[in-house]
Amino acid sequence: MIRHLLRVVAAVLVLVAASAHALTPEQALAMAAGDNDSRIAALNAAAASGDPRVAALVQALLDGNVKVAGEKAFIVADDGKAVDAASGAPATVPDGADDVSNNNRMRSALEAALAGLRLISSDVGVRGAAIAELAKSSLEESQLPLIEKAFAAETDDVLKARLERMRATLLISSSDRSKRLAAAAELAHSNQSAVASLLQERLAADAESDAEVRAALQQALSSVRARLAWGERLAVVFTGISLGSVLLLVALGLAITYGLMGVINMAHGELMMIGAYTTYIVQNIFRSYLPGAFDAYMLAAIPAAFIVSALVGAVLERGVIRFLYGRPLETLLATWGISLVLQQTVRSTFGAQNVPVENPSWLSGGVEVMSNLVLPFNRIAIIAFAFVVLGGVALLIARTRFGLFIRGVTQNRRMASCVGVDTAKVDMLAFSFGAGIAGLGGVALSQIGNVGPDLGQSYIVDSFLVVVLGGVGQLAGTVVAGLGLGVLNKLLEGVAGAVLAKIAVLVFIVIFIQRKPSGLFAMKGRSAEA
Amino acid sequence: MKRRFALKAACAALAASGLVSLPALAADTIKVGILHSLSGTMAISETVLKDVALMTIDEINAKGGVLGKKLEPVVVDPASNWPLFAEKAKQLIAQDKVAAVFGCWTSVSRKSVLPVFEESNALLFYPVQYEGEELSKNVFYTGAAPNQQAIPAVEYLMSKDGGSAKRFVLLGTDYVYPRTTNKILRAFLHSKGIKDEDIMEEYTPFGHSDYQTIIGKIKKFAAEGKKTAVVSTINGDSNVPFYKELGNQGLKATDVPVVAFSVGEEELRGVDTKPLVGHLAAWNYFMSIKNPTNTAFIKEWSDYAKAKSIAGHKDKPLTNDPMEATYIGIHMWAQAVEKAKSTDPDKVIAAMSGQTFKAPGGFTSTMDPKNHHLHKPVFIGEIKSDGQFNVVWKTPGPVKAQPWSPFIPENKGKKDEPVINVAKK
Repeated sequence: MIRHLLRVVAAVLVLVAASAHALTPEQALAMAAGDNDSRIAALNAAAASGDPRVAALVQALLDGNVKVAGEKAFIVADDGKAVDAASGAPATVPDGADDVSNNNRMRSALEAALAGLRLISSDVGVRGAAIAELAKSSLEESQLPLIEKAFAAETDDVLKARLERMRATLLISSSDRSKRLAAAAELAHSNQSAVASLLQERLAADAESDAEVRAALQQALSSVRARLAWGERLAVVFTGISLGSVLLLVALGLAITYGLMGVINMAHGELMMIGAYTTYIVQNIFRSYLPGAFDAYMLAAIPAAFIVSALVGAVLERGVIRFLYGRPLETLLATWGISLVLQQTVRSTFGAQNVPVENPSWLSGGVEVMSNLVLPFNRIAIIAFAFVVLGGVALLIARTRFGLFIRGVTQNRRMASCVGVDTAKVDMLAFSFGAGIAGLGGVALSQIGNVGPDLGQSYIVDSFLVVVLGGVGQLAGTVVAGLGLGVLNKLLEGVAGAVLAKIAVLVFIVIFIQRKPSGLFAMKGRSAEA
Repeated sequence: MKRRFALKAACAALAASGLVSLPALAADTIKVGILHSLSGTMAISETVLKDVALMTIDEINAKGGVLGKKLEPVVVDPASNWPLFAEKAKQLIAQDKVAAVFGCWTSVSRKSVLPVFEESNALLFYPVQYEGEELSKNVFYTGAAPNQQAIPAVEYLMSKDGGSAKRFVLLGTDYVYPRTTNKILRAFLHSKGIKDEDIMEEYTPFGHSDYQTIIGKIKKFAAEGKKTAVVSTINGDSNVPFYKELGNQGLKATDVPVVAFSVGEEELRGVDTKPLVGHLAAWNYFMSIKNPTNTAFIKEWSDYAKAKSIAGHKDKPLTNDPMEATYIGIHMWAQAVEKAKSTDPDKVIAAMSGQTFKAPGGFTSTMDPKNHHLHKPVFIGEIKSDGQFNVVWKTPGPVKAQPWSPFIPENKGKKDEPVINVAKK
């Protein structure tokens, strides 16, 4: 304990001696070595000086590029070149130098210090980013002078207002009552979840004693909460649509093969799995042969998955299903058998374990809409993809000659045949088309979940539910049912948890189908019997 | 007619060869069973345990085997299907007559095979951390009990360096291990003065892949009060979508740290770990621990993975805690058999007590003389950008396991050794 205190004192002494001057070797060492308390003390003191070398060192510490040997700290760039952390002069790192590692506490202190240093940058953009960064973290008392300094120097009105709010998060625990009141009023305008938890903390029984300040805090908290509630509501809607679009994608192929053609295809899930494995193969080809264009592998995977799944679908239709038209029970059993064969084939070829499909970098991360609402790029991309595929299918069915044939054959096979349509060919093409769409679903699934031989199993029930609920033979019904089930599932999940939500949705579907056996969008007229 | 005859002949030949070859082999080898899921949701974690078990058996055989006989592994695949675990265990014991079985990961699979092992008085070595609340004479637990993993991890989160967490999200897969661990943790948190409104418990089914709502809930919970931390007992391949979503939604470890009990180097293989830097895991071993025993262990595994061209590991060999526990378990069993000069389960059980083994974790692990658990050190690591762990906290030495958690009131007075039910047998 005493040693620990001594270290802190030593660190502080060093800093006092060196403050407002260039970074000294002692300072650099104190920031890189020792226990976390003394390192953070050294860091905050050094950061107050505003020396650009400090920013470089802090950044290097965050990147894990700092080594310590003897009494010196070195920054080692990725290419192996080292510089002295204090002077910036080129240096050689002695053998046996230790890597500096940071834990979460140290890292958040480093991040806050770096953002603090950037607050006094001359570039408005850098300052804005630094303020956004700082607003998310919980500040420490010792950072107040820095923020005061930045606030006084700030010329941009918008940034000044944001700095004032940030200052308020520290002043809220000031000993001056009027400052606390002003801070509470200021914080009422915030939309940060960090501020909500700060206010909540101040409202704890032992934190704030003044009645008037408490009232102001309470008011500020409810207005921040009201703003955050919007983020939460939007998040439920977004996650619901996102799940719905996944359901839509997996059910769309089935809406054609089962909905229009009436084939109960239990191997539908496996066609998706084939699409996902095709994505995996395309990814591997890009990684080996075109590493520079790796991020673009999705563009090649989409048509590849469509073609591979469609080909498998064509083989299935020609080889098995065409002999079973009009015999649903046999079709069900035969396709279920096929699904097992496909699973085992994949298991024997690629192994029973899941295969890793990496997201391209443009599908990683997300866009922050509000402080508590981040929309991940992969989810956005899947929603867009689902609607593009949907649009394509709808156009093809409603506007093209091929679509006309499909509708004609499914509505009245004999009449279509009489007027010269090659019904066998249309059957095959329609089935392969549905299979290809399933393959596209597989591409989407590979980006959000695991790719393994059992992938199809977890979605086959969902996709039948969506098609049946929407009304067999109705594309619009599939869309409404997919999105509806997605949002309903997410709403329930928010209230009851994932396990109960799943059960509740199934119960809902059972009751719904009993009441309305032909689904949401029942076909009208005599053609419904066909 | 001819074809049918040919088929019959082939069948007969197959059956005959099977019958003839089995007894011939059994005479000069000792059979051991390996019972790990090689397919299904748990394959992500368990497949590699099968491989490390085979490696250890090869290592022992290379040094001359046990009691002068070579070990012969019998590998079965219970396919992440809990009832199938019991069936396969029966097959190993009754049909293959194995001397011991190394296997299981999830507690639900262990619970499923437990009656089989107790009934036929066979031996199971279980290599994974678990919830405790169990002590069978027929099982040796080489993974951690709650006081060797869960409790220290939560204590760390509550410490200053761990972020002084005051609110906890207990997130898990819906089965016996997470439910029981969270029951113990809740009781522990109560003892530390944390109230029920500051604890949120959430469960997802096995194989769950959509973690959007859960992450949203965690964010909301974190905004409602003081510093929040997440304790994850998610098992199997659900971890991949969970960590992907965590990264994509920008929930950083400096805001809300997530400590996991079933996520190690292997589970993070397919995940981009850059957004996950700083999230934690608690184990009794990390690959990044530096000591000569571990260096040798990693080298042995790398060479083996290359020689057997094990998918993934041949290019990027990784080791993790359950692999180490499997390695220790098999070696200790071999030592005990040598000491007992027999593979008879009762003699081996007696010989197991007090066995020691210099573990890759850097300490000598000791089998407790009574409670069938190892004395193990506890490490807490933060995820680094390369998918390895940076050890930020460790116990000074090995810790004795408490299978009956002192935080569950009903456990008061329970004996720290297996109770042999005389009436039953």
